[in-house]
Amino acid sequence: MRADVVALPEVAAVAPPSRMRNVPYVSLGIITVFVLLAVLAPLLSPADPNDQSLRNRFKPPAWEESGSWKHPLGTDRLGRDMLSRIIWGSRVSLAAGVVTVLVASAFGAAVGLVAGYYGGRVDAALMRLTDATLSFPVILLALILAVTVGPSFGNVVLAIAVILWARYARVIRGQVLTLMHLDFIAQVRLAGAGALRIISRHLLPNTLNTLVVLVTLQIGYVIIVEASLSFLGAGIPPPTPAWGSMVAEGREFVTSAWWVSMFPGLAILLVVLAFNLLGDWLRDTFDPKLRQL
Amino acid sequence: MLVLEIRGLQTHLVTRWGTVKAVDGVSFDVAAGETLGLVGESGSGKSMTCLSIVRLIPSAGRIVGGSVRLDGEELLSKSEREMQQLRGRKVGMILQDPMSSLNPVFSIGRQVREPVAMYHGLRGQALGERAAALLAAVRIPSPVERLRAFPHQLSGGMRQRVVGAMAIAAPPRLLIADEPTTSLDLTIQSQYLSLLEELQRRHDLAMIFITHNFGIVSRICDRVAVMYAGRIAEMGMVRQIFTSPAHPYTRALLESIPRLGARTSRLAAIEGQPPDMAKLPGGCAFAPRCPHVMDRCREQAPPEFTVAPGQVSRCWLHAPA
Repeated sequence: MRADVVALPEVAAVAPPSRMRNVPYVSLGIITVFVLLAVLAPLLSPADPNDQSLRNRFKPPAWEESGSWKHPLGTDRLGRDMLSRIIWGSRVSLAAGVVTVLVASAFGAAVGLVAGYYGGRVDAALMRLTDATLSFPVILLALILAVTVGPSFGNVVLAIAVILWARYARVIRGQVLTLMHLDFIAQVRLAGAGALRIISRHLLPNTLNTLVVLVTLQIGYVIIVEASLSFLGAGIPPPTPAWGSMVAEGREFVTSAWWVSMFPGLAILLVVLAFNLLGDWLRDTFDPKLRQL
Repeated sequence: MLVLEIRGLQTHLVTRWGTVKAVDGVSFDVAAGETLGLVGESGSGKSMTCLSIVRLIPSAGRIVGGSVRLDGEELLSKSEREMQQLRGRKVGMILQDPMSSLNPVFSIGRQVREPVAMYHGLRGQALGERAAALLAAVRIPSPVERLRAFPHQLSGGMRQRVVGAMAIAAPPRLLIADEPTTSLDLTIQSQYLSLLEELQRRHDLAMIFITHNFGIVSRICDRVAVMYAGRIAEMGMVRQIFTSPAHPYTRALLESIPRLGARTSRLAAIEGQPPDMAKLPGGCAFAPRCPHVMDRCREQAPPEFTVAPGQVSRCWLHAPA
């Protein structure tokens, strides 16, 4: 053994830097809980959400003086169980959020891809349409639909999606414009690929990161809009439990029965916050270029 | 056997500053197994000429005249659908920048399989084997493993080989290489040129090599066309162009290359600026910079004069007296 060999201190194996840092477990947890509630509503809800009992009107939550565990979050103006209504309400909110965003993103991405790929007059026309759409207030459109066709789940999704697609179109078109300058698109075209193949096989996969981030960020926004519409009576028609209309129903009694508005409001807050935090994390992790969105 | 015959090709670009004659009456032939070098400064119309062959010029461009024949078939009258069938299958092209010429989100395998599936209709295992064989053909070590790699895991030279593999997947009749070695370092450049020569021999490819490097021209080209302002100033065998350049522009270009062991201490630069393509002077485009300029040059554009068998020059100096 050589004496002059200096023993180096052992270096602990350092884990390679991972992209999976600061995973928002709390947000994921909240979203999972609400998704489970929505899916398993018939099993989990303690009572029928539409079961009225005028004798039990405005029962406070269980921990208040006159509350009981029969209605853990109290009852509303018609004696309906708040907890059950919130559980069933998560179906409406999540379904509205997810369906709307999927419809809007599919259409918006298609418009963005076509505009960015063809450029020129096609691009100019589609982008003017996008600008016009973005200048139209969602709430107003939904109110018009509600007044003329009548409020329904389908109309809420339609009203929001008809406006929301424009955001996707704009962002995706911007990305496609950058991609079109890269040689690999030219190379694919030189190899004999047509427009459809280039758009679907090469441009779309390169924008998927952005799409996933946008979709997540927008779900929260759509839930808020749906709640606002329901609050205004232009959303999901009663008696279907929807968080927005529940907040609206309770607003006359906020001083005497705060729980009627408070709990659905809290539910909106939690879900939207969870989706936004998850979206932020996805953006920072997979698409840091989008930071300004 | 002639693979490509171009006659009087004219491609114009409509810009804010007027119509630019990016390609102005270019004619040349390329035979199977032959390499034609296209040299000239930036904006002289080399790339535009090649993009006109495959009809993929920018949207502001129009091919306004001439004829491009591939294996005797006129390309300029074909429909876009027919051109799609022909790109890649008959004409392969390699672009300059290996860093962006592969799709970053797909594995090498997926990208190499795509043209193979398109051209040969192969599926499944046969497709994978063919893709691996293509990578092996461009001298990529352990091709089967490389198929699973992503572009960012490969060096520039390796990526350019992958692009080469995709370009010869058909294999095509004509291979156009647009400065494929510009962004590679010198040893890799040399290997890549050897690879192209090997592929050319194996498939008897007609090849057009765009470059502004005369070293590369002497290394792999059989003939050279020197372009200036959208026209071919001089064309001839490589030996002719190097030993007896006829056109003043060619001569000036060759004098501006540093040579080892040369006595002169200063390099000769070409006076003046490359011409503004939107405001070309009447007559010869090189006239304002030409040391031998005559009155006639400013009035009338020179036609092609044969200065030696196989060597032509567009310069009034060579007009028969």
